[in-house]
Amino acid sequence: MSRTDARQSNDYQYGFHDDAQPFFQIPKGLTQKTVDEISNQKNEPDWMHEYRRQALELFFKRPMPAWGADLSALDFQAIKYYVRPTEKASRQWDKVPDEIKRTFDRLGIPEAERKFLSGVGAQYDSESVYHNLRDQLSAQGVIFMDMGAGLARYPDLVKEYFGTVVPAADNKFASLNSAVWSGGSFVYVPKNTKVELPLQAYFRINTEAMGQFERTLIIADEGSSVHYVEGCTAPIYSAASLHSAVVEIIVKRGARVRYTTIQNWSKNVYNLVTKRAFAYEDAVMEWVDGNIGSARTMKYPSVFLKGRGARAEILSLAFAGQDQHQDTGGKAIHLAPDTTSIITAKSICQGNGRTSYRGMLKVRSGATGVRSKIKCDALLLDPESRSDTYPKMDIAESAQIEHEATVSRIGEEQLFYLMSRGLTEAEASAMIVNGFLEPIVKQLPMEYAVELNRLIQLNMEGSVG
Amino acid sequence: MAEVKIMTELRIDNLHASVQGKDILHGVDLFIKGGETHALMGPNGSGKSTLAAVLLGHPSYVVTKGKISLNGQDITQLPPDERSRRGLFLAFQNPSEISGISLSNMLRTAFNAHQLADQRLGVLPFQHLLKATMAELHLEPKLLERGMNEGFSGGEKKKVEMLQLALLKPAIAVLDETDSGLDIDALKIVAEVVNKLAEPERGFLIITHYQRILQFVKPQFVHILTEGKIVRSGGSELANDIETQGYDQAISNSA
Repeated sequence: MSRTDARQSNDYQYGFHDDAQPFFQIPKGLTQKTVDEISNQKNEPDWMHEYRRQALELFFKRPMPAWGADLSALDFQAIKYYVRPTEKASRQWDKVPDEIKRTFDRLGIPEAERKFLSGVGAQYDSESVYHNLRDQLSAQGVIFMDMGAGLARYPDLVKEYFGTVVPAADNKFASLNSAVWSGGSFVYVPKNTKVELPLQAYFRINTEAMGQFERTLIIADEGSSVHYVEGCTAPIYSAASLHSAVVEIIVKRGARVRYTTIQNWSKNVYNLVTKRAFAYEDAVMEWVDGNIGSARTMKYPSVFLKGRGARAEILSLAFAGQDQHQDTGGKAIHLAPDTTSIITAKSICQGNGRTSYRGMLKVRSGATGVRSKIKCDALLLDPESRSDTYPKMDIAESAQIEHEATVSRIGEEQLFYLMSRGLTEAEASAMIVNGFLEPIVKQLPMEYAVELNRLIQLNMEGSVG
Repeated sequence: MAEVKIMTELRIDNLHASVQGKDILHGVDLFIKGGETHALMGPNGSGKSTLAAVLLGHPSYVVTKGKISLNGQDITQLPPDERSRRGLFLAFQNPSEISGISLSNMLRTAFNAHQLADQRLGVLPFQHLLKATMAELHLEPKLLERGMNEGFSGGEKKKVEMLQLALLKPAIAVLDETDSGLDIDALKIVAEVVNKLAEPERGFLIITHYQRILQFVKPQFVHILTEGKIVRSGGSELANDIETQGYDQAISNSA
């Protein structure tokens, strides 16, 4: 195991990489041949191969988005699109190759599975190396496997829903993902089934200049509930990596899905992700989106409220340290009457770090009795840091809407007050930041709340002085 | 505070200070020993609150001349947290609100910052200490669950300042217009804390605009500050002069 890279930065503790040799890989660069080869590797049905080819054309046709974070340094031809670590995913940690297993041990994954999870998926570069679900849930008909396995075993179910929530033509990066996707999770929760403990997927990039394009599809059937959690880390390399995922979620009548992300990519990763859910009658969709790592993130988890009484809650939390730009937010599209949305965004920037809140609230004609509450707060820790708010509204029906945005600097008076009580400047800043984040952090399960606080603390300490 | 007995003394020598290029203090001299209570009075804009802020090392204020020493050690250039850990305390006129941080969490962190490593208190033992201290101050335990000073009434904020004074047991406590805006009951509680903590190893500097609090706390020394200088010092009778004659007359009597 190589530790050389970890020494370059003491504030990112997941910056190590291991020397595991991939089972198979496609050389860097992106052409139609890349797409054909990925599809061949996976023995996919023809319709998926064709879907990929069309998506690639859309990707090439579309210009780079010019409205968000600066992506000018991103070179699509310098990236590897498919690196397969092992021949197939295992259900037992023992069967995972030692070097890869040691990586996940260091990230605490097998331990977390034993303690508080219903199931775990671990993706390493392009493919899953491990996927397991508690037997009792399998017996109840719950499906939790990697997306490729899902397509092979449940082709009809996948075909029915794949690309219906996020079409290949949705945006440039959704097109890219649709063309070269690999890995991700396929989740199905049967009617009235409650999955009590979270399902967790863990995404790890190990190869330098890697592109990871996982594709996740979650279907929560009527009256069911599930909490899905994802975490991500990568080694520190000089060449940039790209993570461009698509997540599609279908929340049927009366069902409830919570999707929690703790994104902690190393600061050389471009993180450009499309996440969207359809919520039907009386369904509840909750996104908890924590972004701490990456060089650039563009991600706006969305909910289309398609059935009467559906409810969306989006909690977005971003930390941007030196040279980072977190362009995040949330979108609520009200298509049915009596639907509700709450978007709460909190961001912190330090050094020359930058956060942007980008939001969309839409109420379609005919969607009466809509209620929406949007609150975004930014906290600037340094004079060089920057935060912007870009809220968009498109309201075609009378609706009850609250919108509130604040930007504040860490208060000199607050710092002085706490320091006059014996707290060091670092302790005082950390306390103010914790207080600022508390409304979001308190909504997380304890394990994740602790992890999130710890990560932010580490990031702040890493750049002090 | 520490077990080692040191003679408490705060010495302010010819202190000049400015904020944003504007000179506010023009040579303040003050000497406070353990067991003494001093009152610093003065009209609005005389520099009273500036003196309080400078004593604790507020970063906006620049000491342009002079020296502050605590127990014989020069603290003029120390950051606020070190001054606090050495035994200096300021009860703020307008304490900051910090949302999302519970009062009990903040108080425990502050308390432990003043203890030696092996004497820091865990959550439960600290809760016992805190509840007992709050009961003495007639403070509602419900305050503990709220954000630090968040939405507290003026009286509650001042009482919480007194709570911190009682918990931290400083060598020198500076009270910056703690009495302003308080009703008589709250004022009595403030006075009660000061009187209870007035021990031979502790000194008080009570900054006030009005004589009212001095009916309940008896200072041995009273000073009048105007235009950044102490223009008159005397015993407690000086406070009565100010009350009956007003500042202008009380000052000119000294001339």
